[in-house]
Amino acid sequence: MDELLNSDLKQFVVFKLDKEEYGVDIHKVTTIEKMGRIARVPKTPGYVKGVINLRGEIIPIMDLRTKFNLPEIEETEDTRIIIVKVNDIIVGMIVDAVAEVLQITEEAIESINSFSSDMTMDYLLGVGKVDERIVTLLNLDKLVKSSN
Amino acid sequence: MDMSQYLEIFIEESKEHLQSLNQSLLQLENNPEDSSMLNEIFRVAHTLKGMSGTMGFNRMAKLTHDMENVLHALRNNELKINTKLVDLLFKCLDALENYVDNITNNSNEGSNEYSEIISALNSAIKDGPESIEIKAESTHNGTDKEQNAGTAATEIVTADIQINEYEQNVINKAREVGMNAFQITVQLNKGCVLKSARAFIIFQSLERYSEVIKSEPKVEDIEDEKFDFEFTVVIVTKEKAELFHRELNSIAEVENVLIKELFEKPVESSAIETKIEDIPAVIAQMSEKEEKTPEKEETEGPKTSASAKAKTGKTVRVDIDRLDVLMNWVSELIITKTRLEGIESLERTQTFNEAVEYLERITTNLHDAVMKVRMVPVETVFNRFPRMIRDISKDLRKDIVLKMTGEETELDRTVIDEIGDPLIHMLRNSADHGIESMEKRKALGKPAEGNIYLRAYQDGNNVMIEVEDDGGGINTEVVKKKAIEKGLLNKDVANNLSQKDIIDYLFRPSFSTADQISALSGRGVGLDVVKTKIETLGGAVEVETELGKGSKFIIRLPLTLAIIQALLVLIGNEKYAIPLGSIQEIKNILPSDIKLVQKQEVILLRNMVVPVIRLDKVLDVPKDEREAKQLTVVIVRKGEKLSGFVVDSIIGQQEIVQKPLGKLFIGNRTVTGATILGDGNVALILDINSLA
Repeated sequence: MDELLNSDLKQFVVFKLDKEEYGVDIHKVTTIEKMGRIARVPKTPGYVKGVINLRGEIIPIMDLRTKFNLPEIEETEDTRIIIVKVNDIIVGMIVDAVAEVLQITEEAIESINSFSSDMTMDYLLGVGKVDERIVTLLNLDKLVKSSN
Repeated sequence: MDMSQYLEIFIEESKEHLQSLNQSLLQLENNPEDSSMLNEIFRVAHTLKGMSGTMGFNRMAKLTHDMENVLHALRNNELKINTKLVDLLFKCLDALENYVDNITNNSNEGSNEYSEIISALNSAIKDGPESIEIKAESTHNGTDKEQNAGTAATEIVTADIQINEYEQNVINKAREVGMNAFQITVQLNKGCVLKSARAFIIFQSLERYSEVIKSEPKVEDIEDEKFDFEFTVVIVTKEKAELFHRELNSIAEVENVLIKELFEKPVESSAIETKIEDIPAVIAQMSEKEEKTPEKEETEGPKTSASAKAKTGKTVRVDIDRLDVLMNWVSELIITKTRLEGIESLERTQTFNEAVEYLERITTNLHDAVMKVRMVPVETVFNRFPRMIRDISKDLRKDIVLKMTGEETELDRTVIDEIGDPLIHMLRNSADHGIESMEKRKALGKPAEGNIYLRAYQDGNNVMIEVEDDGGGINTEVVKKKAIEKGLLNKDVANNLSQKDIIDYLFRPSFSTADQISALSGRGVGLDVVKTKIETLGGAVEVETELGKGSKFIIRLPLTLAIIQALLVLIGNEKYAIPLGSIQEIKNILPSDIKLVQKQEVILLRNMVVPVIRLDKVLDVPKDEREAKQLTVVIVRKGEKLSGFVVDSIIGQQEIVQKPLGKLFIGNRTVTGATILGDGNVALILDINSLA
């Protein structure tokens, strides 16, 4: 139980996109919702899918697949929207499935230097290693800010 | 004793008092003899002193106390009011505002003693208002010329003007009632080009504080530049010589100002008897003039203090958050009411229908009442502008008059809070870049006094605020050049842009056509922030300008932020809402009715040509390309312009709750918000003003 109080330990909500696993800081996550009707907003970037009605509030939704240049797929039973709050901006992100909440220590997080991918380095906090799994940790501040 | 619970009240009330002091001081400046105004000021200062003392803010209390002493001396006529004193008092107000700001932010008044101000206050009482010296003066930049001129006070004069008996009588009469008479010789810089313009300015300045009895050469000759480089005038005035030294010396290209005091002289009464009746008229005219000058700030001087008293009837201070909560619940109520109305499956009996109708009336009234609670007249924002313009005009050495109308127009509380800064910026822009210098204006044949108009009025579902000046207008060529220089614009494209498009560049970040950066503006930071702020409030800003004549900035703000009547339409598979207030009519047309004029699709509406906008294309709505047999066109009105929006079908009229889309969609030119329909789905509210 002491581990939970250990400030070196960070908690991440882990979700799946295509074959990869990603994680976001749990403190920034408000709720996780099932997919619903999304109202399209004209003249927005491709990854902005539109807005939804979340218990009376209008929340903008972005599709992470599109944002990370992955091919779009039909939604499934497992598709979820993760609602995050970053610097007073509330946004929902569409993901293929939500896995679990993982605790990852500081040491287990490696910052990416060399290897590149289609994704800009900006969005990444680093890569976390837990057991045999590799979880790409996203920088929500950068991710949401870039949507402006 | 724990004072912290009273802190909020203290801050609110102090701010109110300081605002009232600002206004009163402005009025006193224009009506120095208004003793009721003086009493009012004294009363408020006294209250402030008590308040700050009770709260333990000793520095603030001390400053107010010393201010009170000066006001007391003024009341007892031990001290005469003059510009220096007024400026000093304004400085006190600024210092007090600083204290209050510190208290608001840090819960303590800060450590600034403002000892310069306090010693200035004390010396004013001891040695009279002329002795006031404060460093870093914003009103009249103490130039060396002024200091030197001060010493040349009332010395020798090059040539004495000949004063005839009539004029001497006027002087005698004036001195009898305690006024002064001076002979002033003004020498212009030998390099001065527009002598008549310069002389005009000098006369203007003189006439503000005195009556010119005689001038040598005659006024007409001066206007025709029939003089070398100097002229002499005889004036009667309530003011002292130092004022004229300062005022005249501060005018550019004035080389020297020589003032000689004139005294009574016995006069042959015979030849002038008939003219003696005229003299009191002249003197009366003088005092009248001083009362008339408050056209400078048309903020209904004494009326505001009367209405302020009326308002302190029954008011309650309410936390803004509580109002928001109230507003939210009313919104929810309306949504639910709409759902009830939409129920078809239930057997709707008479009773049910009646109840729902009544419910509708209740919610509408409730909504109106809550909206009214949140509405505040723009006056609360406008009332600090006269003081600001006064200070700016002095800083810029321009003569600027601010004319405000429509202060009673109401805006939502949240909008009021945000609209202040953009307006300040636009007013500064008009003063700094819009209104030309006095010399230039005279050269262009414009009155030396520059006008800035601030108007607020309601237009349909919006509140419009206009900032207009009669200055030089915006030079689109200069803007174009700057834009090309900055690489924002391609030279060839530039020639095809409309005036409106070019002006839009001014709203880009870091864009400025000013050659020099002044303390006020020119850095190019302001206009884009203004535009963003206004768009965040759901509004828009437009510019109309004419070179040489002036510019007008028009701000449109939505009146009711939340609940509006709308028309629901279907475009493709998507539902959209159009605010009812903008809609003029709905027309069904045949596809063949659409004609082309200069590549723009239009239709004929009762002999008017109305441009047609295909919403499905503009909004990128996915739909099959089958051309419908009939088209539905919604004709909307934007100001004077009509436009036709093509939709697929009309769903119906509905009261909707407007929900903001959020920060991510600022700058989106197609929608102003979203609404939640009875079935829980989201419909977007179209931004008619941008699409039209």
